[in-house]
Amino acid sequence: MSSDATTAIPALPFAEAAGAAPEAEAPRQGLGASLPQADARAKAEGTFPYASDLWAEGLLWAAILRSPHAHARIVSVDTSAAEAMPGVRAVVTAADVPGAATYGRRVADRPVFADGLVRHHGEAIAAIAADHPDTARLATAAIVVEYELLEPVTDPEKAFAAEPLHPDGNLIRHIPLSFGDPEATGEVVVEGLYRVGRQDPAPIGAEAGLAVPRPDGGVELYTASTDPHTDRDLAAACFGLTPDQVKVVVTGVPGATGDREDPGFQIPLGLLALRTGCPVKLTATREESFLGHAHRHPTLLRYRHHADAEGRLVKVEAQILLDAGAYADSSSESLAAAVAFACGPYVVPHAFVEGWAVRTNNPPSGHVRGEGAMQVCAAYEAQMDKLAGRLGIDPAELRMRNVMATGDLLPTGQTVTCPAPVAELLAAVRDFPLPALPKDTPEEDWLLPGGPEGAGEPGAVRRGVGYALGMVHMLGAEGTDEVSTATVRVLDGVATVICSAVDTGSGFSTLARQIVQETLGVDEVHVAPVDTDQPPAGAATHGRHTWVSGGAVERAAKMVRTQLLQPLAHKFGMSTELLQISDGKITSYDGVLSTTVAEEMNGKELWATAQCRPHPTEPLDESGQGDAFVGLAFCAIRAVVDVDIELGAVRVVEMAVAQDVGRILNPAQLATRIEAGVTQGVGAALTENLRTARGLVRHPDLTGYALPTSLDAPDIRIVKLVEERDVVAPFGAKAASAVPVVTSPAAVAAAVRAATGRPVNRLPIRPQAAVAAP
Amino acid sequence: MTTHAPQTAQSVTLPASLDEAVAALTAMPAAVPVAGGTDLMAAVNRGQLRPAGLVGLGRINEIRGWQYQDGHALLGAGLTHARMGRPDFAALIPALAAASRAAGPPQIRNAGTLGGNVVTAAPTGDSLPVLAALEADLVVVGPLGSREIPVSHLLAGRDLLAPGELVAFVRVPLLHAPQVFLKATGRTGPARASASVAVVLDPARRGVRCAVGAVAPMPLRPLEAERWIASLVDWDNDRALAPEALTAFGEYVAAACVPDPPGGEQLSPAVLHLRRTVATLARRALGRALS
Repeated sequence: MSSDATTAIPALPFAEAAGAAPEAEAPRQGLGASLPQADARAKAEGTFPYASDLWAEGLLWAAILRSPHAHARIVSVDTSAAEAMPGVRAVVTAADVPGAATYGRRVADRPVFADGLVRHHGEAIAAIAADHPDTARLATAAIVVEYELLEPVTDPEKAFAAEPLHPDGNLIRHIPLSFGDPEATGEVVVEGLYRVGRQDPAPIGAEAGLAVPRPDGGVELYTASTDPHTDRDLAAACFGLTPDQVKVVVTGVPGATGDREDPGFQIPLGLLALRTGCPVKLTATREESFLGHAHRHPTLLRYRHHADAEGRLVKVEAQILLDAGAYADSSSESLAAAVAFACGPYVVPHAFVEGWAVRTNNPPSGHVRGEGAMQVCAAYEAQMDKLAGRLGIDPAELRMRNVMATGDLLPTGQTVTCPAPVAELLAAVRDFPLPALPKDTPEEDWLLPGGPEGAGEPGAVRRGVGYALGMVHMLGAEGTDEVSTATVRVLDGVATVICSAVDTGSGFSTLARQIVQETLGVDEVHVAPVDTDQPPAGAATHGRHTWVSGGAVERAAKMVRTQLLQPLAHKFGMSTELLQISDGKITSYDGVLSTTVAEEMNGKELWATAQCRPHPTEPLDESGQGDAFVGLAFCAIRAVVDVDIELGAVRVVEMAVAQDVGRILNPAQLATRIEAGVTQGVGAALTENLRTARGLVRHPDLTGYALPTSLDAPDIRIVKLVEERDVVAPFGAKAASAVPVVTSPAAVAAAVRAATGRPVNRLPIRPQAAVAAP
Repeated sequence: MTTHAPQTAQSVTLPASLDEAVAALTAMPAAVPVAGGTDLMAAVNRGQLRPAGLVGLGRINEIRGWQYQDGHALLGAGLTHARMGRPDFAALIPALAAASRAAGPPQIRNAGTLGGNVVTAAPTGDSLPVLAALEADLVVVGPLGSREIPVSHLLAGRDLLAPGELVAFVRVPLLHAPQVFLKATGRTGPARASASVAVVLDPARRGVRCAVGAVAPMPLRPLEAERWIASLVDWDNDRALAPEALTAFGEYVAAACVPDPPGGEQLSPAVLHLRRTVATLARRALGRALS
């Protein structure tokens, strides 16, 4: 494979280094074009109907009563006062769930409504439907719940010895990975203890939905689900219905960085609609949203790295403890990623990593972009900096001596078969020119830490440069069936894609249009709205839709192409491969024979449905070994920060990113995804932490939970996009959203470490950890 | 039957003058006055406040500007942060202008008002330490006429607004000398203060006045530190001080406003950082005021 397959992308804020290649004319459509999203204009103008904008005649409003305690026994629930309130139409509690009392994406361990026991702050206890949202909210306050308070288990280290919080026990998963020789030692040993906080996905649109009962006893749920078929099955089980009696219709997704629209909002909504026979709508407040959905796993990591005198890694020992909150959700998958990537994209001959995911009374954890991989990246990169400091080697050089390449082994024993251009990525960010020092610019143009006109003082500002390398797996891992199905239809020169892959803002529907344009040569391609009457396409996580759903769309489009060209090829006496379609014309390879698509279609309607299923994976065994992952993506980031060392204020000046993308399908969209990922990572590094005190969420609002603003977002330089096609991926493209999120926090921490000389072993970085002596 | 009506605000009055506003509040004591609504309406949206009626103050032109009154400026309570942040206002009361510019994102600054900031009395209210350092007075109008109370009395709860009363104006001395407002936050973009410091110089009275915000329920004045540093300043010549004096002032202010716990307990790392932050802000603020 060539290593110089870097493409320049014209008309984009890409770095100058990438612009060194000659500017090719960008294609107008098809793969490689910067096609905008079809609904971008409607979303920007505010006319796009999200779930919170939906309306049905005679609809009722739902409100959910949530626990104010983190751990309590429910002695009694008296709903009579609420039921007697004028305007209240139904009150449902745990006793009113007709089907399964518990649900869960992997393990059904979460009750629809707390039944006798509250396990986290904000757990749902009852839901009310009323004819006005205020009536519904006031009625929740009229429900009398008698609690007997229990001591919450909030320290994950104490969960092992604590009384079981759940019938399934407190240990959700334990992986003792062992790889190589436990007796191996290095000449240099560095140790560290690291903590990563609780990042919230903080979607711009809070959870909302509309449930409409059907005459046949079923129900339709209009929500922003990211995995409609799984959500439908979970909801149907709780409603006591068959899956075909429940239909999930996906409205636009107002922001998602992983699983979204937790069934915890949808199931009470559907129950109320079934109970009242009326449409019921729920619009979560920001506070409910923070309390109700899953967060990134807070993680405690203990590391010991052994290296030889030249800085080459000999052995890595690590203990990783994920705080899963009260319910399992996707914790087992997150732990697998954390353990498998605990050493990072480095060659490590001997690795002993022990990981646990445990139950506590803290807010629930689940899948947020780059889950598991992000937490360990912060720790192993801190260890690499520590090692560089101990040996007196430049941090970038130390990393360069250890990077993995295609053919190396992961600590799980899996061989890295996909392109792994880690050395090339690191070299690209290392060699990219540093941003100008502010002493060369007038002081008023220098945005100091603390903001414009803030307290910052140039004399107290130190600049730091830090590196991080990250990796993440694509698609589900450990034997999950990652199948997706898509249908392509062509009529009158217009193609339609029917695929239940939800576009979470990741741009899948744009890619689907480009794939069909590329294959069929048609200009106009529509992507149908998603509902569960379509065949399943799986969850919109781990960048799987670019891969499997994109693959399914391509196969279906190719089948349509064959249907279209077969008669013609027969007539011309040549194979279909020798015919090409462009601009509505079908031409033979030599240009001699030609006809138009419209003539050939002759009013026919062509349909084809295809599936894409990547090669299977296997679960990690009892010593953490196994080929668990389909594909891997890599990223190198160099962060430049300014730190006011007296106040501990940090501003990220620039993030230089080099990423392994396989193939660029849509340059503009790719750049946006990388910028979004880096910004989310900067948030995790500096400000984003949902704080709790004894299990209670302290500030469930966007004032207390500080997201990066436009002033906090750094200059993001996409220095290099390495296009080495992954042969097993359709089109050779790798998903691009997650790996910048994984890598950015570690890079920012490394830069703050360089600026202050402080260890920086906790994310987000608190101001007191960035204060240094002048 | 529907329950729509009982939960919505019964009445919204939009008086055009202070007298009409007072009359509206007197006629309906349960009504709540609202100006920018940046705090009040957020509480309504969260369901924490369900006012029976609202008296909107946005149409009262007499409180939307300012006038001069024997060495003071009489600031209308309806002045928005955006208006106070403009250069003409900054020339009059620089620290209040700086606090207004730091008071949040543009949308908040366009709506939020000076009177609202005072009456909401949030510990992190950015204008409050400035008003405390300026020793501003509030002009309150009510059914029995108008009266004046020091801003600190209202913030400390020593003197409360009576039913039907409104903060109409804020009387601020015009000192014609440097003033600085600095705040520390957790991010580069607009955010609530973790600590803020206002320093104003009063050359006529040879005084330095300082107030620290966000570390306590109301702004704190380190009076001893003020008197000590004022005695070191050479008011008739170059007012500059040695760096050591600035540092000592910062530490004096910080020790006064973030005190040691009683009984010789250790301060937690977070509180120690807060103290260091206040010391740094006070040192920098005084340094900028005297430079």
